[in-house]
Amino acid sequence: MTTETPSLPRTRPPATSPPRAEAPTAVERERPAWLFLAPFSIMYLLFLVGPTIYMIVASLYNTSLVKSGLGTFAGLSNYVEVLGRPDFQSAMGHTVLFTVLTTPPLVILAFVFAVLANRIRRGQWFFRLAFFLPFVLPSASIALIWVFIFMPDTGLLNLVQGWLGMTPSAVLADPNWAMWGIAAATVWWTIGINFVLYLAGLQDVPREVYEAAAIDGASPWQQIRYLTIPLLGRTTTLVVLLQIIASLKIFDQVFLMTSGGPGQATQVALTFIAGVGFTDNRIGVASAASVVLFVVIMLIAAARQGLTRFQNARA
Amino acid sequence: MDADSFRTRGISRRTLLQSAALGAVGLGTTAALGGCGSPLAAGLAGSALDPGVVTFWNLFGGGDGVRLTTMLDAYRTQHGAGSLTASTFAWGDPYYTKLTLATVGQKAPNVAVAHLTRMQNLAAADLLTPITDAMLSSVGLAAADFNQNVWKSQQRDGKNYAIPLDTHPFVLFYNVEVCRKAGLLTPEGALKPIQGVAEWEAALTAAQKATGAYALGVANVNEYATPWRMFQTFYSQMDGNTPFLGDNGKTLTLNEDLAVKTLAYIQRMSAKGWIPKTADYGGSETMMFTGKAAFYLQGEWELTTAQAVPGLKFGMAPIPQLFDKKAVQADSHTFVLPKLDRTPEQLTRDMGFIKFMMEQSVTWAKGGHIPSYLPTLSSADYKALEPQASYASVADYTVFDSLAWYSGSGSSFENIVGSQIGLVQQGLSSPTDALSSIRKQLGPYLSAANPL
Repeated sequence: MTTETPSLPRTRPPATSPPRAEAPTAVERERPAWLFLAPFSIMYLLFLVGPTIYMIVASLYNTSLVKSGLGTFAGLSNYVEVLGRPDFQSAMGHTVLFTVLTTPPLVILAFVFAVLANRIRRGQWFFRLAFFLPFVLPSASIALIWVFIFMPDTGLLNLVQGWLGMTPSAVLADPNWAMWGIAAATVWWTIGINFVLYLAGLQDVPREVYEAAAIDGASPWQQIRYLTIPLLGRTTTLVVLLQIIASLKIFDQVFLMTSGGPGQATQVALTFIAGVGFTDNRIGVASAASVVLFVVIMLIAAARQGLTRFQNARA
Repeated sequence: MDADSFRTRGISRRTLLQSAALGAVGLGTTAALGGCGSPLAAGLAGSALDPGVVTFWNLFGGGDGVRLTTMLDAYRTQHGAGSLTASTFAWGDPYYTKLTLATVGQKAPNVAVAHLTRMQNLAAADLLTPITDAMLSSVGLAAADFNQNVWKSQQRDGKNYAIPLDTHPFVLFYNVEVCRKAGLLTPEGALKPIQGVAEWEAALTAAQKATGAYALGVANVNEYATPWRMFQTFYSQMDGNTPFLGDNGKTLTLNEDLAVKTLAYIQRMSAKGWIPKTADYGGSETMMFTGKAAFYLQGEWELTTAQAVPGLKFGMAPIPQLFDKKAVQADSHTFVLPKLDRTPEQLTRDMGFIKFMMEQSVTWAKGGHIPSYLPTLSSADYKALEPQASYASVADYTVFDSLAWYSGSGSSFENIVGSQIGLVQQGLSSPTDALSSIRKQLGPYLSAANPL
């Protein structure tokens, strides 16, 4: 739920097919494609587009989980309630905080580790595996591991702090630090996917470019600064966008590690929505909150689109 | 692959898809014919389950799950292997959401388990069949067979909606060796009676001296129910306490002075180092198991966990009366009949299943729960169970959470209030600040449209 596996956009030379006398029409050519897309499309309509439309409609009604049908028409009152609720405002604030805490390290560290791993000739497989492995684990395992690390008094962190003569800190129990604890767990867990994206991007950069730069006397740092970073610009916009969206969708780690506490310190948008929808049975209000989050994510995606156009125009 | 080879292979692929579709239909038919009455086939065909079968949903895992299976197996032995389909779901929202949706969608199980504090909301949403005296007597049960404290708590407007299986109160666990060292045990090895704040604090001081760490383990990290249970227990022991919520959750009716007094007392216990400032559910328990704390506060269901600790000698006792009267927070597991069209025979059979479970409730009580069914409670078998029998008396003065559509075990109310109490225990929030945060966070709930 927190990260997803995107496919890297690859630039390939357009396929050149030999000219033929009787070329199939566009419709004929598309038919097998549609056939292959059908299973996915049906699922997509049933389980994504359908529920999304239902969500938008339900956000205008007093829909209840324990009653069939949409319930009475509520107009925009669900939106008024959600936007006015201090717990929703703080949940959105915490979501943004989590995004700010996780996106820079997940992008920068992934880039650094990818550059380092890419320079290694022997045993590169080990580093690829080491960075990617946590990503394979389910969120429940990650939560268990990190709850153990952060356990007050007896946890690994407090043990190490004790050795170093520091005062043990109860990370997940401290409203000021709990979100940092969740962010740390998330960085460790999901850095692998960004690392792989960057590594793939690096391996697409032709060696000759670096050789030419080296002959011209560019230092390794200059090579990274003036070659690697600009050449990976597209990968970076992709990684940043995916990371922001994934971070805004934070749910598992909070749900499993702190249940939104201590107090309300780690309550995020999706735990708020799940609570209102499934604990309080108020699907209408939960839908309105979901629409708000949806709009925020769409705005960010649109901003990224704009940025890409700008990059293309400049290139 | 070019477009040409796509086209030539298209035919064979279409044939393949067609035969696959045919195969799927055939498979479905076979399942429907062969597995008549199986939940899968009934689900696929949208038909009712075999009318002879009791479908039963519950939320019991761990030791409770094992004991329940023993009870269900006994039912199957008596009524035939195919007489019962039992499904267990993860407790909390996942369970209640499924039960609610299944009932709204008219695919409800015949019998389901619900917490007493949650079953009230199911009844308010009109999802439960009321249980009449005639239905009770049809299987030889009567209202007088049950602990009246629990029985009255399941009623709404004079109607019965649930048959209580047990009471599960908040209790005091103690480590026998540590308490002996602290001089808190009788010569027979039971905890000496403690009454009033002075005796309680003397015991905590002695216990803390004996452990060198804490006196009492109680959880407040990533855990909201426990702080709420502790608060509700001590608050309810004070004269003049009023229910937290009134008018089905539209108003806050708690006695604020007493609430502040209770919170201040929790803070005093953590400031003195008697209870930990931060402990999660497992951690607070481990403190008592490993002798870092003499006592441990939790629901009696942790009995199974404590029994599994090798070499641990422990006892259980009612939570002492610190203030004006005896009171302890509790909830109860009940059987409910979700709304469903039942023939008279089916109704009798469903009630018969519940009766059978009641008769088995000594097995159930081994997990620590206090039976609500009085014939079990007064049986020699139950009285011989230790330490269960030593706290059975608390069932008469339990306090259930106040009713509201957002209240009950695992509810938003418990999360909001419990998380603030947890902060008071940590010393991060003052009693009055915690109370004003609770007031602020409950605000939207007081005025919100009731979804039930």
